[in-house]
Amino acid sequence: MAYLVVFGPLLAAIIAGLFQKQIGDRAAQIVTTGATIAAALASVWLLIDVAYGGNARTLDIVTWMAVGQFEVNWSIRLDSLSAVMLVVITSVSSLVHVYSWGYMSHDPHRARFFAYLSLFTFAMLSLVTADNFIQMFFGWEGVGLASYLLIGFWYKKDSATSAAIKAFVTNRVGDFGFALGIMAVFAVFGTVKFDEVFAQIPEMSGEILTVFGMNFQALELIAFLLFIGAMGKSAQFFLHVWLPDAMEGPTPVSALIHAATMVTAGVFLVCRCFPIYEVAPDTSAFITFIGAVTALFAATVGMAQNDIKRVIAYSTCSQLGYMFFAAGLGLYSAAMFHLFTHAFFKALLFLGAGSVIHGLHDEQDMRNMGGIYKMLPATWILMIIGTLALTGVGIPILLGGLGLSGFYSKDMIIEEAFAMGAEGITFGMFAFWIGISAAALTSFYSWRLIFMTFHGKYRGDEETLKHAHESPPVMLIPLVLLAIGALFAGGVFKSDFVAKGAQTFWGESLPAGAYSDYKYGDYGSGVEYAEDHGIELTEAEGASLEAAVSEGDAYDDSHSERHPTWVLVLPVAVSAGGFILAWYFYMANPHLPGRIAATNGPLLRFLQNKWYFDEIYDFVFVKGTRALGDLFWKVGDERIIDGGGPNGIAATVMAGARRLARMQSGFVYHYAFVMLIGVVVLALVLIAGAGV
Amino acid sequence: MLDQLPILTAITFLPTLGAIAILLARAFMRREDAAILDRNIKWVALLVTSVVLALTVFLVFEFDAGQPGYQFVHQIDWLSSLGINYKMGVDGLSVLFVLLTAFLMPICILASWGITKRVADYMVAFLLLETLVIGVFCALDLVLFYIFFEGSLIPMFLIIGVWGGQNRIYAAFKFFLYTFLGSVLMLAAMIVMFVQAGTTDVEVLQQFPFAESLQTWLWLGFFASFAVKMPMWPVHTWLPDAHVQAPTAGSVILAGILLKLGGYGFLRFSLPMFPDASEFFAPMVFVLSIIAIVYTSIVAFRQTDIKKLIAYSSVAHMGFVTMGLFAMNELGVQGAIFQMISHGFISGALFLCVGVIYDRFHTRDIAFYGGLVHKMPVFAVFFGLFAMANVGLPGTSGFVGEIMTMMGAFQVDPRVAFGAALGVIFSAVYMLTVYKKVVFGEITNPKLESATDLDRREWINLSVLAALTIYFGFLTTPITDTTKASVDALIQQYQAALVTDVEPPAGEAEG
Repeated sequence: MAYLVVFGPLLAAIIAGLFQKQIGDRAAQIVTTGATIAAALASVWLLIDVAYGGNARTLDIVTWMAVGQFEVNWSIRLDSLSAVMLVVITSVSSLVHVYSWGYMSHDPHRARFFAYLSLFTFAMLSLVTADNFIQMFFGWEGVGLASYLLIGFWYKKDSATSAAIKAFVTNRVGDFGFALGIMAVFAVFGTVKFDEVFAQIPEMSGEILTVFGMNFQALELIAFLLFIGAMGKSAQFFLHVWLPDAMEGPTPVSALIHAATMVTAGVFLVCRCFPIYEVAPDTSAFITFIGAVTALFAATVGMAQNDIKRVIAYSTCSQLGYMFFAAGLGLYSAAMFHLFTHAFFKALLFLGAGSVIHGLHDEQDMRNMGGIYKMLPATWILMIIGTLALTGVGIPILLGGLGLSGFYSKDMIIEEAFAMGAEGITFGMFAFWIGISAAALTSFYSWRLIFMTFHGKYRGDEETLKHAHESPPVMLIPLVLLAIGALFAGGVFKSDFVAKGAQTFWGESLPAGAYSDYKYGDYGSGVEYAEDHGIELTEAEGASLEAAVSEGDAYDDSHSERHPTWVLVLPVAVSAGGFILAWYFYMANPHLPGRIAATNGPLLRFLQNKWYFDEIYDFVFVKGTRALGDLFWKVGDERIIDGGGPNGIAATVMAGARRLARMQSGFVYHYAFVMLIGVVVLALVLIAGAGV
Repeated sequence: MLDQLPILTAITFLPTLGAIAILLARAFMRREDAAILDRNIKWVALLVTSVVLALTVFLVFEFDAGQPGYQFVHQIDWLSSLGINYKMGVDGLSVLFVLLTAFLMPICILASWGITKRVADYMVAFLLLETLVIGVFCALDLVLFYIFFEGSLIPMFLIIGVWGGQNRIYAAFKFFLYTFLGSVLMLAAMIVMFVQAGTTDVEVLQQFPFAESLQTWLWLGFFASFAVKMPMWPVHTWLPDAHVQAPTAGSVILAGILLKLGGYGFLRFSLPMFPDASEFFAPMVFVLSIIAIVYTSIVAFRQTDIKKLIAYSSVAHMGFVTMGLFAMNELGVQGAIFQMISHGFISGALFLCVGVIYDRFHTRDIAFYGGLVHKMPVFAVFFGLFAMANVGLPGTSGFVGEIMTMMGAFQVDPRVAFGAALGVIFSAVYMLTVYKKVVFGEITNPKLESATDLDRREWINLSVLAALTIYFGFLTTPITDTTKASVDALIQQYQAALVTDVEPPAGEAEG
């Protein structure tokens, strides 16, 4: 089953990629989509088996590298953490495959597109099922490759191929840290297998590594280096520059890779290595800081973008920030929970945006849209569902909270940040307030997107409007399925991911988190849960679960102490504020934004230009490297090395050679053979002389 | 049983026999039949190199990987009164290089099918080159090694000088000057060794305890030669020129095999014979390796000539080799050997790719190209694969060598690994940029409209190399298990030698 999940998409990619000429586009689509759907079904089965059946296991396939102590296997590690990722990856991937039947129906290179999609799926699956750092690195760079290929899919466009390179190279900067982290892991632990590394952590907590004359706590250093990799892949502050440009790729790609799966790999990495991060408080604080800054930064930039996909891209960046600061605060299961729900509603938003773009014949600029909800009613409703889920709409107090997916996962992170801050964890309060601010901005830019796209007056050219059309069912059905996830995934899985059931659900793979002790509005009990899922409980287990329920009731008071009511209400309130603001600006007074822009030019330009990151990087790194390259080449190689050494001699020889060459073109022969003989004779004479 | 048969001698000199046969045939041929001869000579060369490959594959199968010492040793008395003999043998360190050479040769012959100028001479040069290079890897006597090592210079010199590009004479001389100057110093070191030990037998010399002060000088003598061959910074500038002027097959051999002579030399001579000096100079080698990796990667980024770019990239990749070798732990040395083999496939394939477009358009100027994917999709796939392998993407053999050498170096000094990892970023920059410029975009140059995709010969060559690049990217033990016993023995001996002597001076901490 596990082999089917991981290798099915690979096989499909190979068939579709290498034999597209022979089998044709249609067959390539069927093979890849079929393989991914089969993998999705098998993944669900695996999740039930692993997480609910407690059947975590590792399958070793074959040895990859074995040199002395250094041993790496190709393997499939199945535990709750990887099983959740399997479900997310394969389900979103299969929906994106299906969606692409419609979206890419006019593209002449469909077969290649589907091959890349499946290749990506394989790489991502091998990343999450790795049982060692090196295989993880394989998947890590593999998804980078697939991302490169898909961003640059329309290779005629210079902007697309440039964006592809930018994505790959920026990721490489992150991978530089990741690779060094792996080396440090091996140097400290003598192994790169997760289980063996984690088992040794208690003994290694005092270990010191000396680099560049400075002493580092080995585990802090490792945690930090690995996080650099996570920053690159998950587009965190400083290394985020590639993600908006990655929108050059076809929209289904953005939904799969740059929203639901690949960009979350960094979060997955931190969660996978939580035993290291738990004993690396400084790095964890750093993660919290970077995550919070990213959440706010990306939200501010998202407010000022006009390209519909870029808004969502910055939104993704911002939401990833939430996941990271949760992980930095030690809320690993909350981070995974948000990753899980985010995959649904963000893929929904991206595919919805794709539906708009498709319906308007490749128009992406929101300034040329408006009032099209009549033409694309289904897309309109589905995107509103996505927006509601993203902004975390819900009722906080009633029944312990009731709402859409984002309400459970995002608000939980914000609230827990408050609780952690109250306990004095570094950056806890900082993260809380940033989380609140970013939530307000999230709501603003999300509704701005909806209003600018679907409401108000149409601002584009009339010809496009005449041909505007709703997308075909093959594109809408995946959207509907994702919308169901966006509506209910949070409520349904909250108990297992972060509340009562978390302990059993995650097993060894993640700490359930402090909040799993609290009721957090979950009035089900472990016993009911066990009954629901047909798990037989021993008497002792049953008793302890019952005890937990009564304890949980007793916690109601401390619960509200941990999360004062205003903390529970605030995220929803600021989201509502963001909505009202967006409505005021873009519906009630559509001329206001223009006027504000006119009076606040510099600030707006600062946001529109994404805080000028691209310009600064271009100046420092791109131009810097170019200048350095020229310096090394023209001055270093040509003037100093060559000029000093061989050219002087060569010039002399050349003068002679030219004369010789004129005499006889075959001179090289004679010259060379004479030389060889001379050398040998010289050697023999010398040796003989020395020996006698 | 095979130990009795001189299989190594047969493998080594079979190409020479082929070359002699070609020369004889030409000598007795009438002038009018020259065209027929030219056509058939290619087949003769292909046949000879294929037989050599078959024999070598057989050799590797018979090779006992569990045994660290020399196998298939074949010795003939020569100047035995002086302790100089003809002695051949292979161990885990060399046997794969013999295989690599034998494997790349038929590919080179196939890649040279389009040669029209002095075909017979060309094939003779390649066959002689094969003899000499295999001889280098098999020779177990200093004098014999020296003859093969220096001799290999000459056919290469000719290949560049006769069949090269416009500036070939300059390139050939530069190539010759550098390598020859290095060799003179090595020769001097060899003479001193002979005076000291009274023999030129490599096996004996490897056990001979050279005095520590002397080791320093001997090490430097050998280093001069091997560093040029690698090539290490700052004696690398001959390589880009040589590659640019060399014909395609010449570049393949140069990058694929001749660059490995330096690495092999370190393994066979410097490390086992002068352990104290190696330990003493290791920090210097690390620094030069890091400079090679970072500096040449940045220089490669600025190249406008596609062959020069790949040549600079070769220098950077050889930096990983020297870094791994002088880390002198299992991961480092195994990784270095792996990197050399893998680089043989990848750089060879990249030069073949350049040859493919050079044959069609006769220019190496990157700006000339653009949008090739529209006309040559199959080429684009192969070039893309090898570009990624050159970047060190996991799943290709390029990754394995890089990660192993870096892990080995990290254990010795994390700073070294840090520097090398920087180079990994730059490799992505230059390789993806050139790929984009050549392959992607619209076709703007009308001359490219007539481009045709790979022909059958090109396809065979590239797909064989692609298969190996990917195969060894996923399964590395076929290589590392073969070299393991010898590498372990080398490291043990090295460590033992260091322990018995006084600790080397504090140079280690610098760098």
